[in-house]
Amino acid sequence: MSVRCGTMGNMQLYRDDGVVLRTQKLGEADRIITVLARKTGRVRAVAKGVRRTKSRFGGRLEPFTHVDLMLHQGRSLDVITQAEVIRSYGAPLTADYPRYTVGVAMLETAERFTPEDKEPALRQFLLLVGGLRALAEAGHDPRLVLDAYLLRSLSVAGYAPALEECARCGTSGRLPAFAIPSGGMVCASCRPPGAASPGSGTVSLMGALLRGDWDNADQSDRRHQVECSGLVAAYLQWHLEHSIRSLRHVERV
Amino acid sequence: MYEGVIQNLIDELGRLPGVGPKGAQRIAFHLLAADPDDARKLAAALLEVTERVKFCRTCGNVAEADQCRICLDPRRDPSIICVVEEPKDVAAVEKIREYRGRYHVLGGAISPIDGIGPEELRIKELMTRLADGTVTELILATDPNLEGEATATYLARLIKPTGVRVTRPASGLPVGGDLEYADEVTLGRAFEGRRLLDV
Ligand SMILES: [Zn+2]
Ligand SMILES: [Zn+2]
Repeated sequence: MSVRCGTMGNMQLYRDDGVVLRTQKLGEADRIITVLARKTGRVRAVAKGVRRTKSRFGGRLEPFTHVDLMLHQGRSLDVITQAEVIRSYGAPLTADYPRYTVGVAMLETAERFTPEDKEPALRQFLLLVGGLRALAEAGHDPRLVLDAYLLRSLSVAGYAPALEECARCGTSGRLPAFAIPSGGMVCASCRPPGAASPGSGTVSLMGALLRGDWDNADQSDRRHQVECSGLVAAYLQWHLEHSIRSLRHVERV
Repeated sequence: MYEGVIQNLIDELGRLPGVGPKGAQRIAFHLLAADPDDARKLAAALLEVTERVKFCRTCGNVAEADQCRICLDPRRDPSIICVVEEPKDVAAVEKIREYRGRYHVLGGAISPIDGIGPEELRIKELMTRLADGTVTELILATDPNLEGEATATYLARLIKPTGVRVTRPASGLPVGGDLEYADEVTLGRAFEGRRLLDV
């Protein structure tokens, strides 16, 4: 659903704002820019001449930049004709390597959760902007920001892990295990072989991150944070067709 | 579409970076129209390059021997190393003619989204070069884009405990560009005004 601003020849022009997820070299000096846009969803568009040092786009089309774009529809890829920065998260993140690795994992996840070209994904867009802002403002441990982002993206995609009731039978009694294929915590009688037995602190941390309860999340024990990251990563990989390659490179501070 | 051998040539040329199908066609017909000797010289150069050019075991730059001509040149200052992403960036810095130190080619930049982490680059080799205390300054001339900045931050943090002075070319280089596209004057100024990287 794009806003039509007019036409240029017979090409449709439209305007949208979005976060640059990825850039790929194209030919001598161009790049293909993948953007998660507010109204349009995920778009791949060409930025011409962007790799030349005198490019009019400058650094405005680098990953982590929230940009206001003007595009015209092309036959295969759209072409970016104008770009204005709304907010750039790149500089604060590249100056802090662990935060940068977390940010990259967030961008890659956002791309994986929006597999269809130009299918609106407003909630994923808002989650990403919120996640990048939290990461750049450095108020919380970056790995917690990542796990909160991953859990909420899963939730928006319809895969929120069951934490309060058994994922299989729905009982709210004692839930000793986390079973990834079952969809979250399970009771003793539903527990499949090989399910993990997380500490209760880990389970409440996952709940706090899903709810956005930062007071509790910030005070959680490190061992629960580590266990939570492991479960969230495994749970995420199970639900996505492709693995998130950058997760392996995320540094914990 | 053309007859077998011509189409073959067009297909091969079209696989080169920066050459589209139209460009490939233009080059192919240029070669056909030109003196056959020119085509033979080009073919010989292509063969020679694949047979003779290797990568310098010290710095990773292209070399015709075990080491590149810069590492073999005793007039080059061994106390300064300029770290770049690709061999073509060595050529870009050499064009400014003022830099008299040596190089280290990483073989790319850290890009987790492409599965490239620090282990995939020639970082261990760089640390080995810093071990004997000869090097006192490291200029991190990775590209002035996101991956280049993140790589510089990673290296600065890694090198800090060694006490080697770590600098980065000044911000005169426009963000988002490739180092190889910077003109000599801009690049020269950026090197002169390089700033200390403190992480
Ligand atoms: Zn049950
Ligand atoms: Zn060398």
